[in-house]
Amino acid sequence: MRQRVGLAIALFTFWLLLSGHFTPFLVAAGIGSTVAVLAVCARMRILDSDGQPLHLGARAVGYWLWLSWEMAKSAWDVTKLILSPQPQITPTLVKVRATQSTEVGRVIYANSITLTPGTISLEVENTAIIVHALTREGACSLEEGDMDRRVTRLEANG
Amino acid sequence: MSLLADIISWALILAGSFFTLAGAFGIIRFPDLYTRMHASGVIDPFGVSLILVGLIVQAGLSLISVKLTILILFLGLTSPVACHALGRAARHRGLKPLLADREKPPSIS
Amino acid sequence: MMFIAATAALILAIALVLARAWMGPTVYDRVLAANTIGTLAVGLMATHGFLIGRPEFLDVALVYALLNVLSTLAILKFFRFGSLGDPEGIEPPPTETSR
Repeated sequence: MRQRVGLAIALFTFWLLLSGHFTPFLVAAGIGSTVAVLAVCARMRILDSDGQPLHLGARAVGYWLWLSWEMAKSAWDVTKLILSPQPQITPTLVKVRATQSTEVGRVIYANSITLTPGTISLEVENTAIIVHALTREGACSLEEGDMDRRVTRLEANG
Repeated sequence: MSLLADIISWALILAGSFFTLAGAFGIIRFPDLYTRMHASGVIDPFGVSLILVGLIVQAGLSLISVKLTILILFLGLTSPVACHALGRAARHRGLKPLLADREKPPSIS
Repeated sequence: MMFIAATAALILAIALVLARAWMGPTVYDRVLAANTIGTLAVGLMATHGFLIGRPEFLDVALVYALLNVLSTLAILKFFRFGSLGDPEGIEPPPTETSR
């Protein structure tokens, strides 16, 4: 029930923000669309805490900010590699441990790895993620597990 | 205030343009698919998002900046999914990544 | 002025990535180039909308950002299975997990 209400509020707010008009017809059409999307989601059985990770709450915003800063740092590293006349790239495949207990946590971790330039998650297994890294240093810094711990804390404290 | 906003958005848009161009250059330059995906990762959410954040600062607090924020969220949520699917599909079709030797790193043409 | 700079940078980047789509040795390079061009086009629509003073382009950009990912996934699935429908016999369908 909580998921349903949360998704309905999110969808309707999205509708209002996109239109920016508040005529009765548009608002009614928005309510109709919200109900239709909710019905489709219920039929697809994705109305659960995997579909709407509401429990993450405000901590997700803090994580997003930290991730943006990480992205900026590693984007700068990759840009230096691209623009250097003799780039010393050392592509590496590593298997990093994922200590998250839920699927949402693992998805967040794998997506964060892919979002940071220089590392791509190629395969997600139960307790590990196969990562392709552009340089060996990038792979090593990922293996230290700072990001892994942060994602685990994010999903645990929600 | 307006001048400050202009300076900030100038800096963000120029930084985004720089990263975008660098990423496009890397896509041309890097030797195999997986390394090119790293170069694309500089553009794909990051460079374009910087430009969009610059536009948010320019637009001020309005419906336009809300739409730009939603756009950044969409890009940030969807682009890693596409990137992961691409790498996974290529790996399952047997495209071997170019790996570095322990002794000598590969040189790029 | 700054919108012109951003638009020029985005168009130049699209041209460079298009060259990779033209050269790309494997089909995955071309898909990667197409996906990147899609994201760049989203940025181009937003900046172009600001440049000519019509932010309505943002709505187009929102839809394009979503369609871009869907098209990439559809193309990848097509090259993997040879069809967009049910992959009969190629891979077992995902089992219904208890939720």
